[in-house]
Amino acid sequence: MELVILKTDALFFILIASLLAYIFYASKKEHLARPWRSVLKKPMAASALTILAFYLTVAILDSIHFHPEIEGTSSDTPVYSSQVVSLLDEVLKPINKNTETTYSAPFAIYSYSKESQESDTGQIIRDYPRLRHAGSHLSNISEVRSDLIMRSLSALGYWIFAMAILCLILISLRVVKLKLIVADWLNLSTFFRPSPAQAAVITFAAVCLSVSLVATVGPYYHILGTDKVGNDVLFQGIKGIRTGLLIGTLTTLIMLPFAIVLGVAAGYFRGWVDDAIQYLYTTLSSIPGVLLIAAAALMLEVFMTNNAGDFESVTARADLRFLCLCLILGVTAWTGLCRYLRAETLKLKESNYIEASRAFGVLSWSTISQHVLPNLMHIVMISIVLDFSGLVLAEAALTYIDIGVDPSMESWGNMINGARLELAREPVVWWSLFTAFLFMFVLVLAANVFGDSVRDAFDPRIRELD
Amino acid sequence: MIMRSLRSLLAACLALLCACSDSGWNNPYPSSDDSENIFYGSFSERPKHLDPVSSYSENEAVFTGQIYEPVLQYHFFDRPYRLEPLTSETVPEPIYYDQDGSYLGSDPLAEDVHEVVYRIKIKPGILFQPHPCFALDEKGNYLHHKLSEQEIESKTKLSDFSSTGTRELIAADYVYQIKRLMHPKLHSPIAGFMTKYIKDLGQFGNRLREASIESSRTLDLRAHEFLGAKIVDKYTYEIRLSKKYPQFKYWLAMSFFAPVPWEADAFFNQPGMKEHNLSLDWYPVGTGPYMLTENNPNRRMVLEKNPNYRGELFPGADESDSESLMPYIDRAHYSLEKESIPGWTKFLQGYYDASGVVSDSFDQTIQFNTRGEASLTEEMKSKGINLVTAVRSSISYMGFNMVDPVVGGTSEQSLLLRRAISIAIDYEELISIFANGRGTAAQGPIPPGIFGYVEGENGINPYVYKWAGNQAKRQKLEVAKDLLFRAGYENGVNINTGEPLTLYFDTVSSGPGSKVMLNWYRKQFSKLGIDLVVRATDYNRFQEKVRKGTVQIFSWGWNADYPDPENFFFLLYGPNAKIVSQGENAVNYQNKEFDDLFVRMRSMANGSERQEVINRMLEIVRRDAPWVWGFHPTSYTLSHSWYGNAVPNLMARNTLKYKTIEVSSRSQKRNEWNRPIIWPLLAFTSLIIFALIPAWCVYVARERARLGE
Amino acid sequence: MSPEKGLGSVSSYLTRRILYAFPILIGVNFITFVLFFVVNSPDDMARVHLGNRYVTEDAISNWKSERGYDKPLFIALNSTGKKIFTETIFFDKTVRLFTFDFGQSDSGRDISYDISERMWPSLFISLPVLCLGLLFTLSLALLIAFFRGTYIDSSAVILCVSMMSISGLFYIIGGQYLLSKLLQIVPISGFDDGIASIKFLLLPILIGVIGGLGHGTRWYRTIFLEEIHRDYVRTARAKGLSEKGVLYQHVLRNALIPIVTGVVALLPSLFLGSLITEAFFGIPGLGSYTIDAIQSQDFAIVRAMVFLGSVLYILGLILTDVAYTLVDPRIRL
Repeated sequence: MELVILKTDALFFILIASLLAYIFYASKKEHLARPWRSVLKKPMAASALTILAFYLTVAILDSIHFHPEIEGTSSDTPVYSSQVVSLLDEVLKPINKNTETTYSAPFAIYSYSKESQESDTGQIIRDYPRLRHAGSHLSNISEVRSDLIMRSLSALGYWIFAMAILCLILISLRVVKLKLIVADWLNLSTFFRPSPAQAAVITFAAVCLSVSLVATVGPYYHILGTDKVGNDVLFQGIKGIRTGLLIGTLTTLIMLPFAIVLGVAAGYFRGWVDDAIQYLYTTLSSIPGVLLIAAAALMLEVFMTNNAGDFESVTARADLRFLCLCLILGVTAWTGLCRYLRAETLKLKESNYIEASRAFGVLSWSTISQHVLPNLMHIVMISIVLDFSGLVLAEAALTYIDIGVDPSMESWGNMINGARLELAREPVVWWSLFTAFLFMFVLVLAANVFGDSVRDAFDPRIRELD
Repeated sequence: MIMRSLRSLLAACLALLCACSDSGWNNPYPSSDDSENIFYGSFSERPKHLDPVSSYSENEAVFTGQIYEPVLQYHFFDRPYRLEPLTSETVPEPIYYDQDGSYLGSDPLAEDVHEVVYRIKIKPGILFQPHPCFALDEKGNYLHHKLSEQEIESKTKLSDFSSTGTRELIAADYVYQIKRLMHPKLHSPIAGFMTKYIKDLGQFGNRLREASIESSRTLDLRAHEFLGAKIVDKYTYEIRLSKKYPQFKYWLAMSFFAPVPWEADAFFNQPGMKEHNLSLDWYPVGTGPYMLTENNPNRRMVLEKNPNYRGELFPGADESDSESLMPYIDRAHYSLEKESIPGWTKFLQGYYDASGVVSDSFDQTIQFNTRGEASLTEEMKSKGINLVTAVRSSISYMGFNMVDPVVGGTSEQSLLLRRAISIAIDYEELISIFANGRGTAAQGPIPPGIFGYVEGENGINPYVYKWAGNQAKRQKLEVAKDLLFRAGYENGVNINTGEPLTLYFDTVSSGPGSKVMLNWYRKQFSKLGIDLVVRATDYNRFQEKVRKGTVQIFSWGWNADYPDPENFFFLLYGPNAKIVSQGENAVNYQNKEFDDLFVRMRSMANGSERQEVINRMLEIVRRDAPWVWGFHPTSYTLSHSWYGNAVPNLMARNTLKYKTIEVSSRSQKRNEWNRPIIWPLLAFTSLIIFALIPAWCVYVARERARLGE
Repeated sequence: MSPEKGLGSVSSYLTRRILYAFPILIGVNFITFVLFFVVNSPDDMARVHLGNRYVTEDAISNWKSERGYDKPLFIALNSTGKKIFTETIFFDKTVRLFTFDFGQSDSGRDISYDISERMWPSLFISLPVLCLGLLFTLSLALLIAFFRGTYIDSSAVILCVSMMSISGLFYIIGGQYLLSKLLQIVPISGFDDGIASIKFLLLPILIGVIGGLGHGTRWYRTIFLEEIHRDYVRTARAKGLSEKGVLYQHVLRNALIPIVTGVVALLPSLFLGSLITEAFFGIPGLGSYTIDAIQSQDFAIVRAMVFLGSVLYILGLILTDVAYTLVDPRIRL
């Protein structure tokens, strides 16, 4: 194993590190911790956060890349393939390695399209062939149902066992008290209005159950079918998580410094600085975003053609294209935030304590960092969370007009794009579209729900309403 | 416009209700057209050029083929493809002369030939379509040739011109068009190529360019003469070539050599015309059975019967039978259809008369019988749909850039590597997955149906296939692995350096299907342990890379211009290499022996001697494997029962005139197939209304409670 | 403030804003030039337009000189004086844009004519989508605001968020599949003139309205709730006004300020149409015009569309400000 750190991996880990740093910092400061606690007081938000955490875990697993070793060579030193795989690929190998020839429906053991094959009598017939891997341990189609039930039951068994162990550990660590749990859960009046902790626990348990089902059934069947060249669709859906999550977060990470520095500078210094910055963002935001992105995508093609030698693997190429997409989405997205920050800085500057500190001759830089920036953080927070879901959705639309992520990269946009043709098939192939829809919907819904609570908690104007 | 549309919006609901009574709600055409003899087709991309001097693509030929008439055409039914006269009296035979101008006989050696003359005599009495450029006033002056700017200002369509006229087709129109090939402003794609063959053409081009720089007025080609094309009398003209080139007759059947009246240029070159989108590129003027009457490539293009058309007899029909005079269809509507799905759906609903088979609906459409022959499924048969298949005269191949240090060159190592890859890429699987079996794996560059193609055991590529039973079987993967080992790679790892082998594949990524295709290619290479890096890019960039020779492996295709092996072998001819002469040899293949044989083969007439040379050439390129030979796609065309004479002819472009439509049967079937299903909508609406009732109750209750307080 | 004075200030404001638009538009044009010419040399463009078989160098240089692409890009080093800047592609093409002379596309079509033709289909979709969308979202939002704090409210909000979380592509693909393919109620794609266009427009309009329902309803609900919690509403209610009266006479009227200004900002962009809807339904509007231009690398059209887009955007900004003063006289320009 030879570790590889792609550019987006590095940025993603920086992002996670800064997230952890922020959590640590916020937990020390009461004025930051308070709104966050109120975010978590809502059961929906707690549940959404659990799902987001699960997506994040998958994305982290998928961001640890390495060159696998090539087996079966005669040389003594290990030889590494130039292919790049991630830890998630290894974890999901039992699902991923069972590629078929072409389409197959969820849980099917026969292919979805006919093929010419030689029958026992030597005649060429055209019929649905058995799949190479899915259900190959069965001799007859009638066994599928009972086999599935047995495997699901065993998944349920594993799940109950794991949950029980977890409870025991929590109880023995005195994190929760058994009595309380039982009392709470048996109280019917609160059953439909769970506490935030309960909501999180229920969500966590549900996630665990689906993981356990995938782990026990996945290696033997294609739970969500296969695509045109026989790759497992569930695997593609899971791989799309990293793309979706990264496009939503990296874009923000890239644009944030520009937006904050320029926005604050414009609002604080006024004068020609303000004019120049306003000119810059008005100009940028008046160019239709799609055209900007299209131009950038074309430019990147040229760059990669001219420097073809620097990208020795498909992954590196796709990664660079992805990064550039984030970059250019960032360029189109920062103007809005910049405008808000400028306006807010203007307001703050007229407040008493800043005028006072300026009167005392405190340097601009320290005034900004001590008084202005901390008071802008809620705006930044809200805009990050609210932009996230829009960016995840934008990826799909951009891929449709061929300026999205690289076609070799697993993404929901690519799946939807391919699914357009599949829907016209007779009989229809619906599972690629469904999978992309499912994974994307859950992520965007969780992000929207969470974003709403964050806004409610941080935006004082809205908070008064409820 | 707004007012009109507002009014139309109001009227629309009524109109919609009336319209549904006699045709389906989903009918994309006005219901008044139901009883008209109209052909409905589609196009996916706006034709860029309709001027015969620059039109080359197939999607343009759909239109230009029906409008312009070159002197020759392909016989509609005969196979192998055979040329027959269209506007000329006979198919012209080349007359060869040597240096001294003496006649050389019908098939001389290419070295001896100094001049070739094609003397073409056209039929008298052929008329051009009605067009304003021919319109004359009482005194016989052209009405629309000296328009003032104000007069042009009000014109945006051809139909804005009040009067039209016509004129008889003469030999001068053909000569005029040959001169247009070199017009400095027209950029004919074949200009450079033709200067190699047509006498004096290159110098003529230079003379024209100088003339156009000297004078600011638009160039009148009639005032400039050149040796290559000359008018003999009113109906006869001559083309002179500087080399023996038997394939030239095929060019005479292409629209590059169709007649263009000088009046059209004089009309469209008036200042202000181009600014109003009035140009020959947009409004063709021809003698063919159809004329373009509506050109809105954002939506639809309409061909209408040319009222001046002389009427051509259906092949094999009796002369006395006036019913068999072509064309049969009155109009042809082509609608813009960018996505394949809506097009396919409309075909099934009966709104298009013919369609290709969409790969994704293949199983719904086609089934194979026990002998592997394709036929339609019961569902299609019950709709009365017909299927015609034909192997296309084209090849889709994967090329190795022969100047690349790894896969190129003539070294033993690269040769073995290329052969290993040729075996490993399972084109049979590709055909089965991506083309649903619609294709034949290629054994060499020549597709079936073209002279030089050999059927059966003698025709297989022995480096990739073995003859087993009675069919060609791809050699086993072990053979490929062994070849790779002999090339110095063990399981894809270089034995000397220990580096894994990575190859680069350049391709044009297009549309949603490309991703799976690229994955498939990677799978093929990984069978040998080779890591394939796919560099998908846009077509522009791809071409640039090929031009500069910076690609390593790439996939491309070639579609025959004419049914002759020369048109395929020249893709491997050394002097045609991309990096040498910007020619069409994209892999930059160089082999002296092959080149010599090519020069010989090029000027030979079809026969056993030529076959002999071709076999030797095939052996050389199969051994050197500059291409993975890929496959020859088969075209499957579906047509509805009311659509007659749907015979596939992959060479002829002017096929619309042969087609027929049974109008009453079509409108009956359309109505049958397109009964709208409304109940789910009604159910959904009532569901919403029911959902609102409780809300209403709550509202009323609340108000009451408040008022009661 | 007397009305004349008000008008005077409006007109001086407008002049200021319009003058300010010039440097912005020059900047926009500069950026498009840099982006497109870094990517695409004029040689590339020539090759795209001349096709791909048998193209010679001569043909390419001819093509370039015909369209004025043979000059230097930004600075003509071999010229003198003013000509250093004026003898360039940039100067040449930019000056023309400001007179709204878009010239000819690289494939030889008159761009202004194409835009004036294609803007109508775009409007036929975007205008009804906007109007019907407003009608539905506002009534739904009012309804939800009426039931605030109940189960209806919370489940409606969840429904809105769910609808927002679905990619627009799903609505289009699903709508085409259901209404055109299965139920055969409307044509799956295409367009026609005048009255006949209605059957082609039904589906895209329906999908446009449904796609915007979730976001719109939630947004207007927030605005209404904000108003409902204000003091004057409480007073009105205390006076015994019915809930319906409160909602219609006070809440809706006062909430109109943010709604109207938001809508006004959208108006100019209606001309540009929607890229994806138009491409899916084969509607010959400006959205599909832009996509085609990008895909065929027709720089002249892209430049014209970017310029038009920026002009409309700036127009939207100005209109918003004007609308603010008109609905709320307290705000001065």
